Amino acid sequence: MTWQLTPRLPAQPDFLWAEAEPKASYDVIIVGAGGHGLATAYYLAKNHGITNVAVLERGWLAGGNMARNTTIIRSNYLWDESAGIYEHALKLWEGLEADLDCEVAFSQRGVLNLAHSLGDVREGRRRVNANQLNGVDAEWLTPEDVQKIAPILNISTDVRYPVLGATFQPRAGIAKHDWVAWGYARAAHAMGVDLIQGCEVTGVLREGDRVVGVDTVSGPIRAGRVALAAAGHSSVITASLGLRLPLQSFPLQALVSELLEQVLDTVVMSNAVHVYVSQAHKGELVMGAGIDGYVGYGQRGSFPVIEHQMAAAIELFPIFARAHVLRTWGGIVDVSPDASPIVGLTPFEGLYVNCGWGTGGFKATPGIGWVFADTIANDRPHPLAQPFALARFADGALIDEHGAAAVAH
Amino acid sequence: MLRIPCPWCGPRDETEFCYGGQAHVPYPADPSTVDDADWAGYLFFRDNPKGWFAERWMHRAGCQRWFNVVRHTVTYEISASYPPGTSRPDVA
Repeated sequence: MTWQLTPRLPAQPDFLWAEAEPKASYDVIIVGAGGHGLATAYYLAKNHGITNVAVLERGWLAGGNMARNTTIIRSNYLWDESAGIYEHALKLWEGLEADLDCEVAFSQRGVLNLAHSLGDVREGRRRVNANQLNGVDAEWLTPEDVQKIAPILNISTDVRYPVLGATFQPRAGIAKHDWVAWGYARAAHAMGVDLIQGCEVTGVLREGDRVVGVDTVSGPIRAGRVALAAAGHSSVITASLGLRLPLQSFPLQALVSELLEQVLDTVVMSNAVHVYVSQAHKGELVMGAGIDGYVGYGQRGSFPVIEHQMAAAIELFPIFARAHVLRTWGGIVDVSPDASPIVGLTPFEGLYVNCGWGTGGFKATPGIGWVFADTIANDRPHPLAQPFALARFADGALIDEHGAAAVAH
Repeated sequence: MLRIPCPWCGPRDETEFCYGGQAHVPYPADPSTVDDADWAGYLFFRDNPKGWFAERWMHRAGCQRWFNVVRHTVTYEISASYPPGTSRPDVA
């Protein structure tokens, strides 16, 4: 038998898009060239024929949360509204490589969400039932079934966080985040979208209640419509308009180990102990932690958060005790009061928001790109975005996904 | 690790504290007259500045008392710590 330590990876691509200088005006400006912004630009061009579009990025393309997440993709949320948007995204993921004509290493290796207490068990079983009613693949597994899928998992009962069972979504998985961003960027650029890096938006231009463009470090740029996909910095941008969003920004940390032989071919998440782990194609263990306990924009995290996560991870996976933390990092996530996103129109004509994805925006990338583009193009909420309107905080129709999302989106 | 100055116990590690979000958010003076939009504002909308922020902390593993801190949300520098019921000091 021949052992292959790392699966074959495609060679690093050449430049996939050309740098653009900002024009004086566009039909649509998208603020933020992360996954959501790039996907929105792609579907604006592809589905709606709107190509006079600029995506403005203050740093480098896909260098914010798109480069800092743990790439987990799943759709096993509790409520119908969430199942709608996340399952739409998962279906698009399943055809994404063909659609973009680009490898993104989408691997449907399944995700386990562990239950450690009677409350977790009841909530997990309820969620499985809700998922099945919504046509989302889900099953409930006993600890023994869980160990068949992840043999390195410790299912002893005499531990601090015993595994009492798990939900399992077989169609869930991971993808390679950079390739997803580059795939969307290349395809959007090929249809005429300008991708402009190093162009921080410092304010929003308005005439009365109508938004007419943005101020940037490179000067003002006018636009018929402005769409925000700025994650943890959304509040900072809308503050210039006096528009408050119900968001708090927190650093969310993740880390990787050195390259190891393949020992885990599924995704394991534990909401209760804020550990979620998968093994990347090259072999590093990719682990996510919780958010810091206080508002912060420093793209680093608090050490006690990582320490707590490692303690729990080593109990769940005893063989990880000999691995080393190679690198840790933090991204700034925008958390909403009901752990659900805020998508749609605003009190300002021509201004659209897509924010509040908190710790779980990556999985939604194709779905929200599709839905947000449709919302912008038609100046009305796409049916899948409708429940996620900013107005829900005043009318009380919250979509409480703290159970399915918590920090471990 | 933040070192948070409790007004009563002095500087301690952040793991001794729990967080209470934005400070100086008063309960509506006359709740029966508040409309849905203003209730939403009171319940769900908080400042989220990239910069100086007045926020509440509670010294859970110490004196268990609430207090306010002025902290910078990028550098995490703390410029003031003061008891509840007093107004935000004119620093930073």
